[in-house]
Amino acid sequence: MALSSVSVKSKMAKKKTRKTLPLSKDLLLHMHSLMLKSRVLEERLIKIYKAGEAFFWIGAPGEEAFGVPLGLLVHKGQGPEYDYLHLHYRGTPTLVAMGMPMVDSIRLIMNRATDPSTGGRNFSNHYCYPQWNVTPVSSPIEVQYGLALGTAQVQKRFPKGRGLSIVTGGDAGTAEGDFASCLVWASRPKRELPILITVQNNRWGISTDFESQHGETHIADRGKAFNIRTSVIDGNDAIETYMALESEMAYIRKTRKPVLLEARVSRLYGHSSATGANLIPEEDCLKRFQKTLLEHDLLTEKEIKALWAEYEEEGRAAQEQVRAEPAPTAESVWENIYVNSENGDWRKF
Amino acid sequence: MAKLNQAIRMALHYAEENMGVRDIFGQDVGAPLGGVFTVTQGLKTTWNTPLDERGIISMAMGIAMTGERCVAEIQFCDYIFNTIDLLKIAGNTNWVSNGNYTLPMVVMTPVGAGIRGSVYHSHSFDSWASRLPGWKVVMPSNSLDAYGLMLSAVADPNPVLYLKPKALMRVRSDELIPGEPEDQRELGNMIDQPVTDARHTWKPKWPKLEDYRVPIGEAKVTRAGEQITVVSWGRHVLLCNKLADTLKAEGHSVEVIDLRSIYPYDWQAIKRSVKKTRRVLFVNEDTEVTNFAEHLAYRVTQELFYEIDAPPRVLAGKNLPGIGLHPHLEDNSVPQAHEIESAVREILAEVP
Ligand SMILES: Cc1ncc(C[n+]2csc(CCOP(=O)(O)OP(=O)(O)O)c2C)c(N)n1
Repeated sequence: MALSSVSVKSKMAKKKTRKTLPLSKDLLLHMHSLMLKSRVLEERLIKIYKAGEAFFWIGAPGEEAFGVPLGLLVHKGQGPEYDYLHLHYRGTPTLVAMGMPMVDSIRLIMNRATDPSTGGRNFSNHYCYPQWNVTPVSSPIEVQYGLALGTAQVQKRFPKGRGLSIVTGGDAGTAEGDFASCLVWASRPKRELPILITVQNNRWGISTDFESQHGETHIADRGKAFNIRTSVIDGNDAIETYMALESEMAYIRKTRKPVLLEARVSRLYGHSSATGANLIPEEDCLKRFQKTLLEHDLLTEKEIKALWAEYEEEGRAAQEQVRAEPAPTAESVWENIYVNSENGDWRKF
Repeated sequence: MAKLNQAIRMALHYAEENMGVRDIFGQDVGAPLGGVFTVTQGLKTTWNTPLDERGIISMAMGIAMTGERCVAEIQFCDYIFNTIDLLKIAGNTNWVSNGNYTLPMVVMTPVGAGIRGSVYHSHSFDSWASRLPGWKVVMPSNSLDAYGLMLSAVADPNPVLYLKPKALMRVRSDELIPGEPEDQRELGNMIDQPVTDARHTWKPKWPKLEDYRVPIGEAKVTRAGEQITVVSWGRHVLLCNKLADTLKAEGHSVEVIDLRSIYPYDWQAIKRSVKKTRRVLFVNEDTEVTNFAEHLAYRVTQELFYEIDAPPRVLAGKNLPGIGLHPHLEDNSVPQAHEIESAVREILAEVP
């Protein structure tokens, strides 16, 4: 799964010595549809921000080739029998693949009371779906890498368990101690934990480039010191990513041991609305996947357009619906400080 | 007339030219961004750190151990919490070593709500910081003070925490920093990095700045008055000033004190004022339970009990786990102008 072998593969594809693709047509088209849906949704979120209907946007355009396969491969459900997801703020493609309706993401960015993740309290892409073991995304970078240890600890002792804990995050964040904790704790001899530790390496922090901060060649190399199985994949290649994730997740389910997987991805609209949220000329995984599907006559330009229009309409209608939904009330700040909203206001003690 | 972020930038420039500062560092502090609020644009000694707050604080402590001066930044105070044991160590180093090791370092970090920053760009740190003995803690509310407090912070032989009210970052002062050009556009042309500087060739043209210090531990009366004292710091000083002006038209005389230093704090200024007005309100946005102002109110009660006509009051952020993004939530979490006004009116109406 080295980067070099991929570029050779795609060159061969160009020369019309078309090899059959390693995934079924149905799966490829399903993946494409979800990637497109996620992109259309993120672009809508950006539009909502730019129109002044949201205070902030952060999200995942450019990471669909990684996020969608991940979402499709999740063993989805609630409780330690199923996979846990500890996502960062670029989880839209994964959640779209898992079945999140567009309208939920729009409720979140527009801070409606109906937002199922935070009730209007937090930024876009800070998802939370307990019914799918999607634990709350929190803004402080890297804390999720430690939390994944805990869910994996419980999964490991679950009778006949096959569930694993999946953690995602960026490259810059791996400088935090939580990332090191994750490697150390996940790899204790005879106490290894079933975790898929992933890093989406887009080669940027906010404005700080990868090259100026990383002495290691690949972030994944850090796993080697702990005898953790590692791989570096081209996260802009949806097919390679799907296959890599499929085999790595199967390995973890079976061995109950960790994997560290680094995926190279693009950052198509910059870091967030704080840096403008404008399209940046980097490799676009969606276009690349579409090109492959077109070359293999699995899809036509017309079908892509029709699909785009369909999702665009879904997003537009969802936004209109959300506009009319209620805002959280001022008093609701006191809700859910404690379980079942037991009173937390000292004035009422 | 500089904006607050320009004022801090100029102070840091002065400090690296004249006060021996050789490292100004933090996440995205160096080129190309020059800080998320552009506070460190164009400076000579800035550099970008890994995304690791504990590394940033320990780096600063190590540099300070050699006697060199540095200024470190935590990008938002919301992310300073995992360094709290290091902050404790920095605060106790001089004491534990019985004076053998001093840590002359500055840590600056943006604080507070007011920009719709949601749960993790709205925290306050002033009350937390007041529980770090050994640190001096300052928080300017305007550009001139921001400049003068930064120079005092750099010169101080102790660790100094410099809290930047993020909602004021682009607010202009009506006073000039010594050496600053009078025309604000001229200043912008000189020291603001153009947004179009794609090739990173821009270099600032610094004005000939002068030494100007605001002594740490010295408050400032921003509105003189006779009937009530309102003590605040950071962005809420501006709300209190405005309220004093409004109430003046109604014939109420409100004295406003900008504390500027949270520790050490200017007790003499508070005492002088409260003895005169006999009523006091403390306003800030950190959470209310064990809020730093409770210490000040306690002291008023202890030392001035027989000289006041109303119980001292604290108006602070609600005791909530975070500040929600929707305006209904944020505005019901941190003190708003109308709440300060009601509190002042209620205290004025108290009959002993
Ligand atoms: C603990 C902490 N420090 C700083 C920040 C501010 N911040 C938000 S995103 C970011 C850069 C993250 O870069 P990376 O980990 O590579 O992920 P990417 O955003 O590129 O996907 C920073 C510094 C934060 N959210 N949390």
